[in-house]
Amino acid sequence: MKIIVCLKQVPKRDLALRLNEAGTWIAEADLSWEINEPDAYALEEALRLKERLGGEVIVCSLGPARVEQALREALAKGADRALHLLDPAFEGLDAFNTARVLAEALRRESFDLILTGLQSDDHGYAQTGVILAELLGLPHATIVMQIEVLDGRLKVKRELEAGWFQWVELPLPALLTIQSGINQPRYATLKGIMGAKKKEIRRLALADLGLSAQELRNKQELMRVFFPTKAKRTEFLEGTPEEIAARLVEKLRYEAKVL
Amino acid sequence: MKIFVLAEHRDGKLNRATWEVIVAGQHLAAHLKGSVSAVLLGRDIRGLAEELAAKRLHEVLVVEDERLAEYTPDGYTAALIEVIRQEAPAFVLMSHTYQARDFAPKLAAALGKALISDCLGYRVDDGTVIYTRPIFQGKIHADVRFADDPPYLVTFQAGAFRADEIEAASEPVPIRAIPIDLSPVPIRTRPLEVFREAKQAVDLSSAERIVAVGRGIKSEENLALIRQLAEALNAEIGASRPVCDSGWLPMDRQIGSSGQTVSPKLYLAIGISGAIQHVVGMKGSRTIVAINKDPEAPIFDIADYGIVGDLFEIVPALIKALKQLRE
Ligand SMILES: Cc1cc2nc3c(=O)[nH]c(=O)nc-3n(C[C@H](O)[C@H](O)[C@H](O)COP(=O)(O)OP(=O)(O)OC[C@H]3O[C@@H](n4cnc5c(N)ncnc54)[C@H](O)[C@@H]3O)c2cc1C
Repeated sequence: MKIIVCLKQVPKRDLALRLNEAGTWIAEADLSWEINEPDAYALEEALRLKERLGGEVIVCSLGPARVEQALREALAKGADRALHLLDPAFEGLDAFNTARVLAEALRRESFDLILTGLQSDDHGYAQTGVILAELLGLPHATIVMQIEVLDGRLKVKRELEAGWFQWVELPLPALLTIQSGINQPRYATLKGIMGAKKKEIRRLALADLGLSAQELRNKQELMRVFFPTKAKRTEFLEGTPEEIAARLVEKLRYEAKVL
Repeated sequence: MKIFVLAEHRDGKLNRATWEVIVAGQHLAAHLKGSVSAVLLGRDIRGLAEELAAKRLHEVLVVEDERLAEYTPDGYTAALIEVIRQEAPAFVLMSHTYQARDFAPKLAAALGKALISDCLGYRVDDGTVIYTRPIFQGKIHADVRFADDPPYLVTFQAGAFRADEIEAASEPVPIRAIPIDLSPVPIRTRPLEVFREAKQAVDLSSAERIVAVGRGIKSEENLALIRQLAEALNAEIGASRPVCDSGWLPMDRQIGSSGQTVSPKLYLAIGISGAIQHVVGMKGSRTIVAINKDPEAPIFDIADYGIVGDLFEIVPALIKALKQLRE
């Protein structure tokens, strides 16, 4: 089975984010980066499918030069080769155009299955995978928590709201968007890390994909970003941990009356 | 200007998020001097159409077809493309539900249009509608607008509008069937049974006090601290999704859109950032306390009492104070 995993690099969780001066995006200069969480689960799922059924896992990421680190990490975990979609014209693309570029790159591969995360921790569009499926003419299923490969078909468990699930069958080739928690992702081994150095990362730019910058005009425009103003007046308790604890107990007892 | 709202339903019931989006549509219609209509897809949906027709809408548009008896992305997309082609709405509004996540981007792509997803609200500035949506899991917001021609496809986050603000109609509005032939449309996915995992061992919905733990706890071993606190408070333990995903606590402790919905008297959120998918499951709690080292964490948006600090310092002090109270 030939599986493609689309993954995105996002700022490490738990970092304090600042805005750039123009207020048009976050300040990216001193951030550290990681693979978007659901995408890491998608990669793990692809590696497990390959271990079970044989085949090849190709990882693909659109993003600036730093993204190579995410691709190396994926190769170290066991992906066979990587595609890096890299071009100044790819910066700041919306979900539709990101999917457009991915589609052009992946069209050239004869894959059985594409996996993506269900959404990214940065933009959180929850769209790119589904748009990609449509542009490639593939059937898809989203928010997937289990994959069974039948004869030329897939049976997948989709998460629904409030603890409900649904099994869905679809023919291959197909695209699935993966939900966090589908598996327990592995860590790269030292051997894997060494081996990854020899694996291929192929760079593809605008011209390689037969695209022009004019074709990639965004359909939605990000005008500005800002820290939201808090809607509710939270009462913040301050002091040493002991003082805070004592005050909280008092508040819960006499104000909120829950103790 | 035509504004369409897609009604979502399952098992013969309208999703209550539909009412919220109708409210969004009614507001938008007032701002832009437009009309709002609901669009309903399915089979045997007369009753639902009548329920919608009791609201102040221009009309209720119904597509009934065997192939829409169960939701599929292919069936819904094909039907909506045809509705949009015949009726030419300027806006198609939906709720950012699991179902909309599944087909709305496909619909947008098939139309060659943009979808602005997961919006918290909008404002009209000089005739242009500007949408606000969360980025970075709600820590930051973004203003976004369409840079393209209509139809404009938008999904709103659950809770973005208040269902109880919906305007009723003085008399039922017209229900109109849109004839669409879906027989040539290939439906490639086959939906099978809908189910719950084996019985839930814990029912958190009746708990009076919940100590909920998030990824800030860092490791499974550290959960001992949370257990002590829960014991001192005589509380149940709940968790955010990553804690359950990592297998540190069973799935039936998970609170949020894909877990349980709770409304205890006291909800203590410890090392939880407050992503919307968590918050929808606990915002009905009477008193909410949040302990988080990040003063910008969205959980402080809904907390009554906030403690900015290291949980590994605060929680032990809190356990001690509670024990003293007992003695
Ligand atoms: C379709 C879908 C469904 C989902 N369903 C659910 C759901 O049902 N329930 C749910 O919870 N999530 C759900 N999620 C995931 C959700 O989006 C968030 O990713 C998740 O809630 C984050 O969990 P968290 O707050 O524990 O982790 P994080 O967002 O990583 O937050 C950890 C927090 O801990 C704080 N912290 C770290 N160290 C310390 C310390 N020493 N002291 C104090 N604070 C500290 C950090 O400042 C941070 O705010 C869903 C997501 C999707 C896309």
